[in-house]
Amino acid sequence: MSSTSAHDDEERPWFLAHHFDTVGQQVSAAKLGMWLFCCTEVLMFSGLFLAYFIIRTLYPEMVLGASEELNKTAGGVNTIVLLTSSFTMALGVRAAQTNNQKALERNLLITIACAFIFMIVKYFEYTAKIEHGLLPGNWYAAAEHGYMLPKYSRVFFGVYFTMTGLHGVHVLVGIGVLSWIFIRARRREFNSENYVAVENAGLYWHIVDLVWIFLFPLLYLVK
Amino acid sequence: MSKSKETPAAKANAPEPSYLTAKSGLMSWLVTVDHKRIGLMYLAATLFFFLVAGLLAIALRTELYTPTQDFMSAATYNKVFTLHGAIMVFLFIIPSVPAALGNFILPLMLGAKDVAFPKLNLLSFYIYCIAAVMLVTTLFLGSLDTGWTFYTPYSKSTGTAVIMATMGAFVAGFSSILTGVNFVVTVHKMRAPGMTWNRMPLMIWAIYATALIQVMATPVLAITLFLLIIERTLNIGIFDPALGGDPVLYQHFFWFYSHPAVYIMILPGFGIISELVTVHSRKHIFGYRAIALSSVAIAVISFIVWGHHMFVSGQSELAGIVFSFLTFAVAVPTAIKVFSWVATLYGGSIRFNTPMWYALVFLWTFTVGGLTGVYLGTLSVDVHLHDTYFVVAHFHYVMVGGTVVAFIGGLFHWWPKMFGRMFNETAGKISALLVFIGFNTTFMTQFFLGHQGMPRRYYAYLPEYEVMHQVSTIGSWILMVGLFTVLGTLLHAIKYGAKAPSNPWGAVSLDWQTASPPIEHNFHDTIHVTGSPYDFPEIDKSGAHH
Repeated sequence: MSSTSAHDDEERPWFLAHHFDTVGQQVSAAKLGMWLFCCTEVLMFSGLFLAYFIIRTLYPEMVLGASEELNKTAGGVNTIVLLTSSFTMALGVRAAQTNNQKALERNLLITIACAFIFMIVKYFEYTAKIEHGLLPGNWYAAAEHGYMLPKYSRVFFGVYFTMTGLHGVHVLVGIGVLSWIFIRARRREFNSENYVAVENAGLYWHIVDLVWIFLFPLLYLVK
Repeated sequence: MSKSKETPAAKANAPEPSYLTAKSGLMSWLVTVDHKRIGLMYLAATLFFFLVAGLLAIALRTELYTPTQDFMSAATYNKVFTLHGAIMVFLFIIPSVPAALGNFILPLMLGAKDVAFPKLNLLSFYIYCIAAVMLVTTLFLGSLDTGWTFYTPYSKSTGTAVIMATMGAFVAGFSSILTGVNFVVTVHKMRAPGMTWNRMPLMIWAIYATALIQVMATPVLAITLFLLIIERTLNIGIFDPALGGDPVLYQHFFWFYSHPAVYIMILPGFGIISELVTVHSRKHIFGYRAIALSSVAIAVISFIVWGHHMFVSGQSELAGIVFSFLTFAVAVPTAIKVFSWVATLYGGSIRFNTPMWYALVFLWTFTVGGLTGVYLGTLSVDVHLHDTYFVVAHFHYVMVGGTVVAFIGGLFHWWPKMFGRMFNETAGKISALLVFIGFNTTFMTQFFLGHQGMPRRYYAYLPEYEVMHQVSTIGSWILMVGLFTVLGTLLHAIKYGAKAPSNPWGAVSLDWQTASPPIEHNFHDTIHVTGSPYDFPEIDKSGAHH
């Protein structure tokens, strides 16, 4: 579908889709689209944050007590990992802008590696919760494992798993998106004229980071 | 519905084949990225579900012909009205005007070759199809009896297929979001040179405002339904009071999306009426900027009125008063539109053709629907009318009398552009008359029923309501005949209609400045816009009164 239209007067770069007139138009459309998508992401998570605040308002003591069972160290490490990955992502975009092929590939790799580290830490966190019965809804079995947690603590773990789970899905999607960008970077598709895909993937990654920045203190650092 | 087969023989003089004939074969439709073909596929799909959900409505009305049970048990009745609502809302009304007509019209009106993201457009159509399959699958999984609102805690305890249905609505939401993102970006970035914001046809303003709501409200529906699914499967205790949750929280979540969603449903209808009224009265639209900005104002206000669905759900009195006041505020931009349309008609050279008939039907029925909305927004009155047929009648006056009537008017208006064929005017007018009579007979009666205390969602009722229920049922049959007349007239036009010129209505907007049906890339050359889309050649600019 790209650049097959019959009436091409001037030279069109290969990456310019048939329905756009200029590269500038295509780039600004892609960016606006991505920003709107980011808005929908924020709005979707805002629903979860609202649910969190309602639960916290209804049962402040319960949230305080149950939150103490979360592993602050693991959460803190993950926060640093994600912040680092956001930084390397931004460096990657900069590298694409300046035609620095090597730096682009290197920074994308570090970002992907950080995403994997995040998921691995999350895996150990989840495993510990599962072993101790600190689970949502039907599987909540803290009492059987010797915990003395406030009433309705299962609601907190329901919220915890829903929020971090949905965020984790976003990290996994991010790994996929960034790997795709990395493969395209290896094919030398990006340069200072054509890097909007890198930039958009970066925007997505920053949103994933941003959501975690709010999740971490609200869930782990209640006290 | 219609496929690419209706190639007319008289195409020989056309230099370039139309979008319908440029490519052929089933695959050329299934993998197309052409917004016009995607629009037609949406149209076929939405009309199909309109038919399905419409027949369900006829079944409901027929059951209500007598006060006692006729052919539906209470449980079946619950399932049928739920399915009627869910299919009508998620599979017909929400995608009808924006995704079907809007897809076809928007790039043409902007003078663009396509929407900003053509592949995303196709993806959104297939996501819609998946959602449709999921919602229809609920039929085979024990159906659904919660009403289309899925209120907790009942939706958590009922044995019917809540999860499949909510997943279907969840997936339909993604389709809606993607279309919304696509259209917002298209309006921002794809306008032809010279088309400033103040030179955009009002249809585009309406679609733009709609797309904004789709982008901003639908994610909240997604998370709401996601939480409901989790609540039902894992019992996490967010909405279920037995587990420590808050059922009213679900209602807040749900209406935060679903109230703006009713504006997703009606705003594009406003856009169509703006076009019909001005093109067919040969007069510049009255209050262009007021109509354009009132669409955006409605979009903004729509986000802060959701509490009027919960006047009797136990929210605080203060919240009720505030939401009641804000609800009245929506009436202001809406009234600005209605007055502007009437003022446009005043002194115009009105053509009483089928699109104009539908526009006039709309002005009547929508105004009734809008004004009764003010009754329901009044806190004290709502306590009396809540959950009665008055609400049902109000909702249908806005959604059917408003959106569906505008949609049909728009179909008649743009049919010559879509298929290059004119329809039979007499049949079109008869359909408009039947729809008008049938619709008002059905739903005007329900205002009185509701006011006298007939509650909604009951399959049987007290004998004193019998006469009015029978009038309403007979009206629904007339309405059905009217709608089938619409379908017949439109299908007949595709096959046997006279060949349409490129601009049969003498319109000025860009969609009429290309062939009927348009060529694959819409326009041969880039169009340069120099003025308003409503500067008709007949308009006397000397300022003299007629």
